[in-house]
Amino acid sequence: MYAYNFLILAAAMFAIGVFGVIARRNAVTVLMSIELILNSVNINLVAFALMNDTYDGHVFALFVIAIAAAEVGVGLAMVLMIYRNRRSIALDELSELRG
Amino acid sequence: MSAVVSTGSITLLAADVNVAQNVGFWVIAVPMLWGALRVVTARNVVHAALWLVIVLGGAAAQYILAAAEFVAVSQIMVYIGAVMVLFLFGIMLTRAQVGREDGLNNAGWAIGIPVGLLVFGVLAFAVFDAVGTDLIDDRAGDDKVLVSTTAISDAYLGPYLIPLIALSFVLLVAAIGAIVLARKD
Repeated sequence: MYAYNFLILAAAMFAIGVFGVIARRNAVTVLMSIELILNSVNINLVAFALMNDTYDGHVFALFVIAIAAAEVGVGLAMVLMIYRNRRSIALDELSELRG
Repeated sequence: MSAVVSTGSITLLAADVNVAQNVGFWVIAVPMLWGALRVVTARNVVHAALWLVIVLGGAAAQYILAAAEFVAVSQIMVYIGAVMVLFLFGIMLTRAQVGREDGLNNAGWAIGIPVGLLVFGVLAFAVFDAVGTDLIDDRAGDDKVLVSTTAISDAYLGPYLIPLIALSFVLLVAAIGAIVLARKD
């Protein structure tokens, strides 16, 4: 298999995730786009582990999976709190901190 | 005998390529990319979450293709098992209506298209500049490292012990923080 297969797939997923973070207004879909980005990084880590004949990439990928789970938990708790206070999770309406 | 079928930059059949692995890769990768596009363009939040399942399951299949079984099983358990349920709970708790919904995108969402294309272009250039048409050596040999779950656990409890303890602390803090944030006072 070509080495660029995994890397190009991960690059495309990363770009789609960046587009989602910019384009989406709903906070939950922005979190989904962040999941796309983190998964593309994981694919890269596993591919590099395969290329270099080592398992360090697997260890790092598992670290990223754990951090992503924690991030989604805290992120959705924040979304819930914002929804409870404002009855909306549209990100462009959260402008209280604007100077 | 070398049969080369080239479609643009993607060469599927060549004498020195493991054809089955290459074809299997693209069979998994194309639905993943389509699912990723639907995640960021779907008009229905629940549908976006279900397309995300396709992407996460495809990623697990790619891990198996890359000989990372333990990561693949962890991906299925953590992402498809736990994170997706969390997402569906988040959607249900923050939305009144179920179905198509307008206003999921920002007013200036079109700015994301050139930014995404630029990111992909730079990354693709860097990838082809770095690896070109290198092949991943997938032939079995005596010098191949056999990545087993035992090796991963030895790494976790050996050189990566301090990061593992720090990670468990991060998970503890995240759990407590999520409870504190979501609790009704």
